[in-house]
Amino acid sequence: MDISLPSHYYDRLWEGLAVTMQVLLYAFALGVALSLVLGVARLSSNKVARALSLAWVEFTRGISSIVLLFWMAYALPILLGVRQPSLLLMGSIALGLNMGGYGAEIVRGAIQSVPKGQTEASIALNLTEFQRIRHVILPQALRVILPPMGNLTIEILKGTALVSLISLSDVAFEARKLRTSGRLNPDAPDDAILFLNVLVIYFVVAQIINGLFRLAEWRVNRRFQRARRAVALPSEAGLALEATK
Amino acid sequence: MTATTPSGPSTPSDAVPAVEATPVWKRPKWVLAGIGTLVLLGLMWRYGGGNVRFSTDLRPKPNTTFDWDYFWALVPDMLRGLFLTVQATLLGFAIALVLGLFLAVGRRSRIKLISWPITFLIEFIRSTPLLIQLFFLYYALPDWDITLASLTTLVLGLGIHYATYCSESYRAGINSVPEGQWEAATALNLGPVTKWTRVVLPQAIPNVLPALGNNLVAGFKDAPLGSSIQVTGILAFATAASGRSFDAGVEPYTLIGIGFLMVSLPAAWLVRRLERHLTYERT
Repeated sequence: MDISLPSHYYDRLWEGLAVTMQVLLYAFALGVALSLVLGVARLSSNKVARALSLAWVEFTRGISSIVLLFWMAYALPILLGVRQPSLLLMGSIALGLNMGGYGAEIVRGAIQSVPKGQTEASIALNLTEFQRIRHVILPQALRVILPPMGNLTIEILKGTALVSLISLSDVAFEARKLRTSGRLNPDAPDDAILFLNVLVIYFVVAQIINGLFRLAEWRVNRRFQRARRAVALPSEAGLALEATK
Repeated sequence: MTATTPSGPSTPSDAVPAVEATPVWKRPKWVLAGIGTLVLLGLMWRYGGGNVRFSTDLRPKPNTTFDWDYFWALVPDMLRGLFLTVQATLLGFAIALVLGLFLAVGRRSRIKLISWPITFLIEFIRSTPLLIQLFFLYYALPDWDITLASLTTLVLGLGIHYATYCSESYRAGINSVPEGQWEAATALNLGPVTKWTRVVLPQAIPNVLPALGNNLVAGFKDAPLGSSIQVTGILAFATAASGRSFDAGVEPYTLIGIGFLMVSLPAAWLVRRLERHLTYERT
């Protein structure tokens, strides 16, 4: 049994993949930005900021990304009076909002896992609140953020297949078009082969994302350990040396 | 854990008869909850219907951005679509719970010929979109002379997809059972079936109930995908309603968003309560 497709099928699927990656990239950028802002706001000392971010996170987590996608693509433009919205933009925003909701919870958990002494030390060093978060808390939280964030990104990659339902020509859309156009052609490959190939494409992309996140994790861990060695107090360094002997 | 009095060594006949604690499933609260669930499922089965037909005579008033009369008139149709979606979710999740357990146990197998393909299968299904898997089931299975109704396809697709998620949850629970329990089961010469059903799983599953609940909520969020394979669920309702006139999309899509949150927020809240309850009992 031949499990590969004719080459012009792959050409079409590559074109679709470009759209998929575009949506993924925009959604990822929006999602990461939102999760950082919301995750920090969830732990803010300001009551209003806390309540608003909680409501927002619950809303974006509670609603299905599919429903959000359709609402953003078909209802929001009419409500705002926009005639021809960019579906690519709307789709990416919907997926990004969804990712932001889940990401905010990851960031919040990671920030809470940073020892309290770090916050106290940065207050003692007279750092501003922004400096504290940017230079002390987040770099340490990053080690905890990265692994679940990788999984979340793969979830968003899977979510990009949904934009085919609002007729964006991504991989899933191209696959469906290829299937319909092949129905009249007796030489066309089986539907099973076609969709299996599409599944493999998504699987490979997911593995690449996984690899990239592993790499980032490794780099962050290495930097963390180096920094730790660099700032070790002389007495501690001496102890560590003795321990290794 | 729930309080059960240890039925110590056999007591003399004149001793006070041992007090038996009521098992969890015999407590009124749980019995009521069980009956309630059954009634709800029955009602959904009766009125949810396999193939919902939506009324077609509704139109919004022209030149309105948001027509409240139209909005309220759509509610019954939306509920029928929602029922079907919930029904598909629950049936699919029932498959996922059982299949996931087998996948989790199979992945732990010491025979590599069993554990490796299962590991690969779990990773593959987990990192590919459910939408394409549904297309695969819906369009490719007829090539092998298996034709399924669209609702069955959706239930099966959800079941298989979420079985891989559930298997990961089960795996975490199984790994959290202390090593000594396994050793004790071996020492007592228990067979593999007794070991799993009487020793390991009763300790592993309560710990992962919240994770399974989260999977259920996630599955509910994916269930509207059925509209792409002609399941007349909540999203198909909105598509049908918005197709009636040029600017008819606002009300139905807003309505399904609200209908969705009405189910998913309480469900998520229940899961969180369960989680708190379990942590409380454990400490």
